[in-house]
Order: sequence, then C-alpha cells, then structure tokens
Amino acid sequence: MTEAKTNMTRKKSRKQSMFLAVLKRILKNPVSCIGLIILLILILSAVFAPLLAPYSITEMDYDSIYALPSLKHPFGCDKLGRDLFSRCLYGGRYSLSLGFIAAICGFTFGQVFGIMVGYAGGKVDNIAMRICDVLQAIPGNLLAILISTTLGSGFGNTILAMTVGGLAGSVRSTRAMCLKEREMEYLQAAKSINCSRATIMYKHMLPNIVAPAIVGTTMSIGGTIMGAAGLAYIGLGIQPPLPEWGAMLSAGREQILYYPHLMIFPGLCIAVTVLAINLFGDGLRDAIDPKLKD
Amino acid sequence: MEQNENFLQVRDLVVEYTSGGQVVHAVNGVSLSLDRGQTLGLVGETGAGKTTIAKAILDILPNPPAKVRSGEILVDGQDILKLSEHEKLKIRGNKIAMIFQDPMTALNPVMSVGEQITEAVLLHNDFTRTQAEARTVEMLEMVGIPGQRYVEFPHQFSGGMKQRVVIAMALACDPELLLADEPTTALDVTIQAQVLEMINDLKTKLNTSMILITHDLGVVAETCDNVAVIYAGKIVEFGTKRDLFKAPAHPYTLGLFDSLPKMDDDSKELHPIPGLPPDPTNLPRGCSFHPRCPRATEACSREGEIPMIELSPGHFCRCIRTGGNN
Amino acid sequence: MEEKNALVEIQGLKKYFSSAGGINHAVDDINMKIQRRTTMGVVGESGCGKSTLGRTIIRLYDPTEGKILLDGEDITEVRGRKLRKVRERMQIIFQDPYSSLNPRMSVEETIREPLKESRRFSRKELEEKVDELMDQVGIEDRLRLSYPHEMDGGRRQRVGIARAIALNPDFIMCDEPVSALDVSIQAQVLNLLMRLQDRLGLTYMFVTHDLSVVRHISDNISVMYLGQLVETAPTRELFRNQLHPYTKALLSAIPSIDIDRPMQRVQLKGEITSAINPKPGCRFAPRCLFATEACNQPQTLTEVEKDHFVSCCRVNEIN
Repeated sequence: MTEAKTNMTRKKSRKQSMFLAVLKRILKNPVSCIGLIILLILILSAVFAPLLAPYSITEMDYDSIYALPSLKHPFGCDKLGRDLFSRCLYGGRYSLSLGFIAAICGFTFGQVFGIMVGYAGGKVDNIAMRICDVLQAIPGNLLAILISTTLGSGFGNTILAMTVGGLAGSVRSTRAMCLKEREMEYLQAAKSINCSRATIMYKHMLPNIVAPAIVGTTMSIGGTIMGAAGLAYIGLGIQPPLPEWGAMLSAGREQILYYPHLMIFPGLCIAVTVLAINLFGDGLRDAIDPKLKD
Repeated sequence: MEQNENFLQVRDLVVEYTSGGQVVHAVNGVSLSLDRGQTLGLVGETGAGKTTIAKAILDILPNPPAKVRSGEILVDGQDILKLSEHEKLKIRGNKIAMIFQDPMTALNPVMSVGEQITEAVLLHNDFTRTQAEARTVEMLEMVGIPGQRYVEFPHQFSGGMKQRVVIAMALACDPELLLADEPTTALDVTIQAQVLEMINDLKTKLNTSMILITHDLGVVAETCDNVAVIYAGKIVEFGTKRDLFKAPAHPYTLGLFDSLPKMDDDSKELHPIPGLPPDPTNLPRGCSFHPRCPRATEACSREGEIPMIELSPGHFCRCIRTGGNN
Repeated sequence: MEEKNALVEIQGLKKYFSSAGGINHAVDDINMKIQRRTTMGVVGESGCGKSTLGRTIIRLYDPTEGKILLDGEDITEVRGRKLRKVRERMQIIFQDPYSSLNPRMSVEETIREPLKESRRFSRKELEEKVDELMDQVGIEDRLRLSYPHEMDGGRRQRVGIARAIALNPDFIMCDEPVSALDVSIQAQVLNLLMRLQDRLGLTYMFVTHDLSVVRHISDNISVMYLGQLVETAPTRELFRNQLHPYTKALLSAIPSIDIDRPMQRVQLKGEITSAINPKPGCRFAPRCLFATEACNQPQTLTEVEKDHFVSCCRVNEIN
C-alpha cells in the first residue's frame, strides 16, 4: 500500500516536472519572459482593479471633463469627467476575460470536434469539412457582426460571436493533426487492448496533438481581444457605459482631433496586451516543441 | 596497414558532435586504408559511428554540430580536410561518390531520373549535353534499367529500381571510391540479392574501391575483401574477410556472431551480448566494451588507450585479453 | 501434427482494400491452421500482405470474406462485448517500437492500460500486476516512470510485449517484432519471446521477412507472395526441401555468413509487382523461370508431402 502511495506521489512529481520543464524553458527565454511579466501585470491589475483604481468608473467629476493627463488623473478624463485610468483598469476585466474565455471555448470545441471528425474519417469527416468550408467562406469578422446583430450585443453574445468565428479553423487544424497521428501504431495497439473509442480519442490521441493547439490558442487571444474591440468600436460589442477597451475607443473617436488621449490610452492597453500575448506565445511554442525536448 | 600505394588512408580520425551542451564522441581515433579495387566492410550497431566515418571521408558532415577534431583523410595522397571548398567540390562525386540508405529520399521527385543522372554527369565532366545523355543511357543499362526509362519519374520505379538509379548516378562519373551506406537495408531479400550481385559485377568491371557500411554480416560475407568491426567509434577488429569469419578474435565480434540465429543450428537459446551499447557522451574508461565483455578483467577498465595488436599479418584486434591466444 | 482442433483456423480469408489504382487483394483466399503452443512463421517480401493477414486474424481489420475460428468458435462477425473478449485472447506486438508506444504515457501507464480497460482489477491488484509484468519481460523497476523517448529500442519492445501479455492471451500475432533492432538486442528479444511462450503456453503467429529469425523461432512456416499462400510446411521440412520456385528463390537469396559455401542463387526475373486488380492464376508466374500457359489458371494449395502444402501446378515437373 505504502509502495503504491509512493508511486502515486512519484508520478505526480513527474507530471509536475514536465510542466516545470516547460515553464523553465519559457523563463530561459528573455523575450517570452517579458511577455509573461507584462501579461501578469495586466491580469493582476484587472483583478485588483477595485483596490488600485483611484476613482469609481461611474464617478463623474464635472471639473475635469476632457481633462488631460495629470497627477490627479494619470490618463486624463472623458467627456463625462470619468477617470480614464480607473476605466482602463476595469476595462481589462472585460477585455481580457472576453479574450481568454472565447479562446478557451474555441480551443475546447475545436479539440472535441476536430478529434471526433479526424478519427472517424469517411463520411462524417466529409460532411464536417463541408460545413467548415461554408463557415470559412464567410469572413470571421463578418460572421461575428452577423451574430451580434441577430442576437444583440452584450458580453455573452460577443464571446459567442468571437468563438464561432474561429471555430471552423480550429476544428480543421485539429483534424489535420489527427489525420497525421492516426497512422501511428500505438492507436492500433490501444484498439487491440480493448480501449473504447472515447478512450482512444481523448486519452491516447489528445495529449499527443494538443501542444500546437495550446500555442495556437494562446496566440489567438490577442486577435480575439482586437476582434471584440472592433465589434465594440462599431457599436455591436459590449456597450457603454461598461468600460471595455474597444467601447472606450469607440466613445473617444468623436473627439480624436481635440482630445486624442481618449483613444490613445485604451488603444495602448490593447496593443500592449496583444504584444505581450504574442511574445509569450512565441516562447511557449519553442518551449513545447517536441523537437527541442531532451 | 602501412602501405604506400593505398588509395584511401584515414589516420586517427576523431569526430565529435555537440548536442544540448554535451559532447558526443562519435568517432574516436579511426585509422584505415583501402587499396584500389578493394571493398572494405564497416560493421557495427546503430550509433557506432559508421555513417559518420563515411560522411567525414566525403567531408559532408553538418558543421555544427559535427566537428572533425583531428586526423587526416588522404585520397591519393591529398588530405581532403585541408582542401579548399572548390577543390573539395571536384573530389566529391568525381573521385568519391556516396550511395545513401534510403533510395526513396535520395531522388528528386519532380525530375525524370535520366535528367538527374545527366545533371550529375554534366557537373563533373566536360561533356556536351548529347554526350552526357548518351552516358546516362549507358549507365542506366549497366545497372539493368532499359534506356527508354530515361524520361520516367522516381515514383514510377520500385524500391529496388530506385536504388539502381541511385547507384547509376553515383557511378556515372567513374568515381574511384564508392561509399555505400547500407545500400540494401531498405530492400527485400530477393531484390537485395540482385543489387548486391550487380554491385559486385560493377566493381570488378570498373575497378572501383568501395566502403560498404552495414550491420548485416551476411552482406559483408558476400561482398567485402576486408572487414572493420566498429564499436563505440573505434575499430575493434580489422582483417580480411577470412580472418574475421573464420577466426574472429575480439569478444565483441564473437558476440555478434553468437547473437545471430544460425541457419544450420537448431539450439533453442540465442546468446546475445548482455547489456547495451555505451552512451557516446560518457564512454567507459579503458576498453569501451568491457562492461559487456565476458572476458573483461580489471585491467580492461584501466585508463588509457587499448592498442591494436596484430594477431597474424593483416589481422588486428583491440583487446588486451586476446593477444596471447594466437 | 495430430488432428485436433487448432487454436486458430482461417478458411478462405480475404481482405481487400480499395486503393487509387483499383482493388488491392492484400489477402486473397488464405487457409491456415495454427496449433496450440506452436509458432507459425509467415514470411514474404514487403507488400505481400503478411501483416494485413495477421491484423485481420486478430480482428483489427474486418475481413472481406472467409472465416476465422478461435478454438473452433467462429469469431469473424463478433461485435461488442464478445469482440472485447476475443481481443483479450488475441494480442499483437508491433514492428516499430517507436510508433507503437504512446509517447505521452510512461512505462507503467502503458502496461497498466489493458488491465485497467478490462475493469477486472482493483487499484492494488493493478500495481501488483504491473510489477509482475515488468519483471516478466525484464524491465528494471527504475524505468517505471520513464517515457518511450528515454529508452532504447530493445526496452521499448519489451514494454510492447508486456502490454500484449498483460491479459493472459492465448494467441499473439508478432508483426516483425525484431526487425527494427540491432542483432545483439534482437537476440535478447527473441530469447524473451521464446521463454514467454514456454512459460505462458502462448501460440504465436510470427510475421517477418527475416528468414534466419523465422527459422529459429517457428515450428511451421507459411510463405506468402502477393496476398496468396504459396507454400506451407514444418520448418525443418521447408528448409530441407523447398518445392515452390518462389520459396527456392527466397531462401537462396539470404546472404550467408558462411564464406566457404559457394553461392547458388535462384535468379528471379524482374521485380515484385502489386496485388492491385490481379489476373487469375499464379501471381508469381511473371517472375518464374518455369512458368507456362497452365500457370494462368487459378492455383490450389495441395498437400504434396505429409504436412507440406504447395500452390503450384508444376510442382511435380519442377522437382
């Protein structure tokens, strides 16, 4: 019994050490390290926004309408005299969670369906690929706009719109990985020892094809945030007064010539986030790449 | 081994790879020589350094990670390692040609086989195009492929036929030395028999020297004059085919023979060599084979180089426990 | 060979694949009996369908036609729970120890997998079984948590063997289990397979292209050419007296390490063709030195001498 227990702990430490190995390789790479640090700062400041924000996001200061950045209002104020810095902090909550949730949803659906389709092959594969063709024939942004206009704007619908837009591509790439992996004999071996279809697909196949998808998903978060901002900008995403970065951009565009800081700061937030995610994603790809595994 | 007319001489070749901060000792002081028209077999297991030796002779080792640390490779008295890139180009393909293990990847899939051979001919000779094409047809027919198949593409050939094309390409420029790296391993036995026979015929016809790299002792027995057995980047036994097959001396060579299922012996148990080949980043002290050797004594693991001992004229063995037997 | 029920018997087994050029008759009308505790060697060149035959027998592929009997019971069509039972009794060892192990599963997980899937063992029993299996195939306990890429080919193949014997099968189809290994390691694995056969009373079908290996391990040998059986006989008999021209050529083509024995090759014309849309008649005929008009008729496997079957209409004239 005790022996079995030590085995269990040994096994756990092994799995952990694999995770640690990836982390270590990321930390070795200065560029991805910078990405990770910026990303962590952004996430933490969004999480602790209530503690960090000097003002409430709805608090209007009529003396500081269109105020330029100053010590009192580091990012300045908007047309209602609300503090932009606080709004940017809170905006991170919406923008980041939107990006992450949509990416994770897309990842999960892509993996589940992609493997199913890729492993089944034949007719199922054929039909699913034709559906993907149809979905991909419509540009992702247009599809998102379509969904937002039909279902209405809002946080949940924006996530839905962003997820559906990327779904076909995600299913397709997972399926391609699957087709390559399907030829491997360990899957036949799994079949011969009576593993069920689900076990073969999700226990044997998934761990072997998931790594590139994780990298792809990470890289897609930036795009999703931009897409959601884009939706908000044209008035279909998250609506004011919620301080989403895209929505803030949208609100600031009327005064762009006179008060550019209304757009510069939310825009910077988006740019920095996307940059950080891409830097980190690059490092992650190198760290996970099995060819570098020693 | 010390003859002056030797066409190829390799002296104390040391090749190392660096991988992940570690040094892989691939070839550790190999010396060998080869006369014109002779075939030398290099025998050893995966990772023993056979292919590295051949690539070093052709000087096509990827650098980095591979690095020739020391040694000389003399072809016709010229040290290849000291030549300029331009002079090397002349020697590659012209004087020395290599046949790779996998005929499937050695040919360009979008070029007809005839074109590929003609290109090689033009590169190394002062032929006109018509002359080169005539030469190609001649080469194809020599390896048993009808000249009409000049215009066909690699995918229209079977594995054995592709290997013939590769051989024809290697021979097209009349190389004086042919390096054949497991030329028949990817082929079926009946096809292997045909290809080996063809190689033997061509060798006598063209008086080409050849180094044949293989792990199959049967192939060696059929084609080679001399044999070098390689273990962990060192030649552990060298001799004529007769020396090696009739009086193998090194415990590793003996172990190899014992591991083979015999065609004329019905005993149930095989006698494998215990253990595994050593880790090339961390070779054992003294004789690299001593951890697996049934005859090893304490002296075998002492620091220092084990010398080659000449057991009989031309038959060398790197083992301090064998010298007295003969 | 007394007339008792063979452990595995196949009757008129066919497996066709549709391919780009037409229908590939990978396994075409094969009859075979494999007795308990014996090893049936199946030899042939690449593309002759030997591996497909083995995988069809253990029901990894669905046969196109014919019957597979396990212990006299027809298992050709079984599905669901019955198929699971059949698979527990018939296992497979693969050729390539690199691709046949899941790269993300440790030694322990790989060996535990079949036991776990059978849902017959408690957690504690699982651990004990894994210990026992690792011991049986000679993998050191310290490698328990190693991953395939950390091990050499021989050890990997041992893990594959442990996985195959985990559920106490009766029959194991060995698909070129040693051809990817170096000679010294190959001998270790062959010894292991033979020891396991004695100890566990296993029946093997041993598919390979290496004739010296098949001679060493087999009791009977079947020779295949392009999806068909051309000759089958007890090992000793086959190596003493080959009757089919293809078998003769195949055996004479093995490079021998006896340098004093003069080489006598049976030369073959041309190259192995393919089994896509074959013509009726002997498929070896285009390469055969003895081929005549009669060879274009369908051939049948006939018993020429005791237990020695040959599929050649000119067998009496040739020999």
